[in-house]
Amino acid sequence: MSILGFFSRGRSAPVARDRLQILLAHERALSGRTDLAAVLQKEILAVIARHIPIDQDKVMVKLDRGEQVSTLEIDIEMPDAALAPAAMAAARPPEAPAARPPRPRPQPRRQRP
Amino acid sequence: MSKVMVVTSGKGGVGKTTSSAALGAALAQAGQNVVVVDFDVGLRNLDLVMGAERRVVFDLVNVVQGDAKLPQALIRDKRLETLSLLPASQTRDKDALTEEGIGRVIEELRERFDWIICDSPAGIEKGATLAMRFADVAVVVTNPEVSSVRDSDRIIGMLDSKTLRAEGGERLQKHLLLTRYDPARAARGEMMKVEDVLEILAIPLLGIVAESPDVLTASNLGSPVTLHNPASPPARAYTEAARRLMGEEVAVVTPSPQRGLLSRLFGRRAAA
Repeated sequence: MSILGFFSRGRSAPVARDRLQILLAHERALSGRTDLAAVLQKEILAVIARHIPIDQDKVMVKLDRGEQVSTLEIDIEMPDAALAPAAMAAARPPEAPAARPPRPRPQPRRQRP
Repeated sequence: MSKVMVVTSGKGGVGKTTSSAALGAALAQAGQNVVVVDFDVGLRNLDLVMGAERRVVFDLVNVVQGDAKLPQALIRDKRLETLSLLPASQTRDKDALTEEGIGRVIEELRERFDWIICDSPAGIEKGATLAMRFADVAVVVTNPEVSSVRDSDRIIGMLDSKTLRAEGGERLQKHLLLTRYDPARAARGEMMKVEDVLEILAIPLLGIVAESPDVLTASNLGSPVTLHNPASPPARAYTEAARRLMGEEVAVVTPSPQRGLLSRLFGRRAAA
């Protein structure tokens, strides 16, 4: 951002135009329909919650709407207890990563709509 | 024959009321019979901008609810006899307006006037949807600024879906009025250019009103800018826009930085 600011001092208008064009392309496509990203988020979380207890406050959802491709990042913090063998067994036969580093932070999942 | 024209924007503070008053006065100066209707129930300001705030007795809500006859509520402009104002209520809330009631008032206004200009409130709530509901023509007032352009896009979508004309499969004329344009800043790349906004919103351009101190001076004095100082750049822009609304072919000239600067110096001197 600062590099952009340095080279194009004062020329913020093209940035405004480009941001609007991308945003409005999405908003026009969505008008009258439900937001796909919101639906995906809800359903993905529901699937995970079937296997692991999730604290809704520890879920980070990031959406980046691009011109060609949009990305949906869902970052879920899982308590160690949830990954403990007992908990996993209680859930379902997993192809489970039983032995993992102490605090597993799942990689963000990327979904391309 | 009569035309119902909504002046709308979505965003507040972009110049709907200023533009309603200025276009209304310009059309009236051209000999048209014009009424400007304030739909901003609870936050009326058109009366103030047009200098009629001390003459309001009855208002739109009184007429809709049958407490007053239309002629009792209409206020004729003191400077232009072809220009009238139908003020909004200051004390009621927007729920006092019904589609059926507004439809009746519009029908009655159509019999008396050539132009019925509906000054929409900001937002997309009932007041704004009712202001656009019966429109034949829409003027979308936009500033060259991201939030204003986004809201205008939303409003254009509503004009295409929520108006009687749109529902009946008829064409609703939509025009873009770009206000508070600063040619010097646009030239320096600090503000979106006219072409940028036009490309994004993709509706025909009705006019460009450059940022000017004349607008504030006129509203301070309670006079539409087209009446207060007809030679000023904003007055000329509005007058030309009014001629385009009447079907005349008038080329839109994008204000140039030099002229913008000069007129700003001029305007400041005049206002001082």
